[in-house]
Amino acid sequence: MSCCGGKSLKSKFIDDENVDLSLLNDVLYEYRGIKGSLITILQHAQEIYGYLPLSVLDYIAKETGIKTSQVYGVATFYAQFRLSPVGENVIMLCKGTACHVNGADKIEEAIIEELNIHDGETTEDKLFTLNNVACLGCCSLSPVMMINGETYGSLTPQKTKKILRDIKSKSLAKEAD
Amino acid sequence: MKVVVGLGSCGIAAGANKVLNVLKEEIEGKGLDIDLKITGCVGSCHLEPIVDIYDDNGHLDRYVKVSSDKVLDLLDKAIRKEIDKSLIISNEDMESHKKQVRIATENCGYINPEDISDYIAVGGYEGLKKALNMTQEEVIEEVKIAGLRGRGGAGFPTWFKWNAAYREKATPKYMVCNADEGDPGAFMDRSVLEGDPHRVLEGMIIGGYAIGANVGIIYVRAEYPLAIKRLDIAIAQAREEGYLGKNILDSGFDFDIRIKAGAGAFVCGEETALIASLEGERGMPRLKPPFPAQKGFWGKPTNINNVETFANVPWIFRHGGIEYAKLGSEKSKGTKVFALTGKIKKGGLVEVPMGMPLREIIYDIGGGLQDDKKFKAVQMGGPSGGCIPAELIDTPIDYESVTKVGAIMGSGGMVVIDESACMVEMAKFFLSFTRKESCGKCIHCRIGTKRMLEILERMTEGKGKEGDIEILEQLAKDIQAGALCQLGITAPNPVLSMIKNFRSEFEAHIKDKKCPAHVCRNLITFEISDNCTGCTICARNCPVNAISGELKGKHTIDKELCTKCGKCHDVCRFNAVEIN
Repeated sequence: MSCCGGKSLKSKFIDDENVDLSLLNDVLYEYRGIKGSLITILQHAQEIYGYLPLSVLDYIAKETGIKTSQVYGVATFYAQFRLSPVGENVIMLCKGTACHVNGADKIEEAIIEELNIHDGETTEDKLFTLNNVACLGCCSLSPVMMINGETYGSLTPQKTKKILRDIKSKSLAKEAD
Repeated sequence: MKVVVGLGSCGIAAGANKVLNVLKEEIEGKGLDIDLKITGCVGSCHLEPIVDIYDDNGHLDRYVKVSSDKVLDLLDKAIRKEIDKSLIISNEDMESHKKQVRIATENCGYINPEDISDYIAVGGYEGLKKALNMTQEEVIEEVKIAGLRGRGGAGFPTWFKWNAAYREKATPKYMVCNADEGDPGAFMDRSVLEGDPHRVLEGMIIGGYAIGANVGIIYVRAEYPLAIKRLDIAIAQAREEGYLGKNILDSGFDFDIRIKAGAGAFVCGEETALIASLEGERGMPRLKPPFPAQKGFWGKPTNINNVETFANVPWIFRHGGIEYAKLGSEKSKGTKVFALTGKIKKGGLVEVPMGMPLREIIYDIGGGLQDDKKFKAVQMGGPSGGCIPAELIDTPIDYESVTKVGAIMGSGGMVVIDESACMVEMAKFFLSFTRKESCGKCIHCRIGTKRMLEILERMTEGKGKEGDIEILEQLAKDIQAGALCQLGITAPNPVLSMIKNFRSEFEAHIKDKKCPAHVCRNLITFEISDNCTGCTICARNCPVNAISGELKGKHTIDKELCTKCGKCHDVCRFNAVEIN
């Protein structure tokens, strides 16, 4: 097997032994025997664990009888599925056409400068994860980012940095409580 | 008095929820006799948050850009029967609204999408009642008379697809709604689902009846949580009222709809990939034939239409196919919704009759370009489409004319590009999207798009070579010939169309190592001119300390250190930082 440059495919996934697999049992029961439910099961699993740990994927394969390779295949195909944990605040930076035309690249640079993370990465303090997304559909407010469901529009690099600092101080204050 | 707050995704992004909460507290707190309602997106996204106030006679005053700190003042004035002149919509904005003809979005921004009685009050489900009194053939014939074509992109006649599925003997049959709107820069489907979900359900039920399906599935992007929520509510209400379920309106026809949330893959907009995804697999396209009408979901006859297509169907049955066919141009009937975005003054959703010249859409409805810059092109059809350059601005917008000038109608994304954009960089942007979204099944698409992207990247870095344009054109042909699905077949379109219309820009990048639009960083230098007053703001903002100079003295940029981030240019208040 040299198709992955000799690396084991498993290195892409995070194996967390502390995962409580029983949390998934209700979901597996609900979709038991309903064919074509794999994506839905994975979506529920991600809601429960925040990401898709390797042990959960293996557990789903075992319980549903779907081949492990197929479960991995689906989990790695779709943009929605995450294979590693995310930070407390997920920044969804819109890189759609309208945002691109209106300067989304400069917003990305500002985020990189402020937090030192690139697309898909999480800060060391686990406060922020940056995810570039294709389009948030708020084109008239471009450039746009969404953090924890809240949309921030008509961004400038300065405005972006201020928003991130505000969120950071709020998160830290919450921790201190 | 009735107060209605626009709660589409764009309105919420602009702060409409806060406005609604302030109103709610005030009205409940003071026990005011005011009916507070919500609605979807009216399309004028640049004016959000929008608050509509109806007096007791039903007269509407529309207020725009209503922030949460201004809304109480507005309410006070409305109660005193005064108009808040600072917030009332301008005549110009009202006019641009009047130029539109709204069918798919006729109720968006007017009715409460979470209340079926609002939909019924404006004639909702009347079309279904008529359709259920017709034979299946008659329903299909009515859609044929209307001349409705698929609004998802390709413009395939809807009646033809319905007829093909109807003629299949195998059962069960499936009616699928493609709500996997993936084009970055298009959001009309989301707006319709959020603003008028019952309309889509009604269209699906009529279609389901026509082809003989009892199951409907809406495949909707997981990125559209509000659309999913409102569809859920709508489906439950429709079941309760007997528009879904067993023996609909005593017709003997059974039909129910369920939602399937997609998981994020552009390729799933392709019919066969969508079916694979519905079956819980990787969304990879399959070979056609067999077409979905013959062997689709679980190998059974399946018909797939786009959200906007379904949204047109109830109108056709309420008013008749002949009325519908009166709108539009010879071969493209009815209206089309466009998401007008980019460097446009009044961005948002517009619905116009097919055949309206591009100029009218951009200048009369969209209000022209931001900062009155020069119009360069409009990108239609997103990463699968092409651009229409400034000299073709009088092109009528219908399927045939748009295809003729090298773009596609696509789902309706219309991104306006001004003179400040570099077309090589734009081509690179679209290709990087399709490269990323290629599912990897076909080698030509998987590797070809990567090679094309590499060539475009080196052009923008000043490393373009003689003959690169020709290689791009050849690779484009190969990908189009070797790809199975529309993602691959159309992926090279933006590049080809930009080469065709802006070849000199590509040549300037290769031969002169220059970017005429001053966008590509490796091909530009920053210099400080004599306009410099020595205010030091550039030096203080330079992230790499490449700018030096005394206070009140002219500054200079060390070109060795400069990373060309452009910050000095952006912060300078005296236009002293020049790009060469």
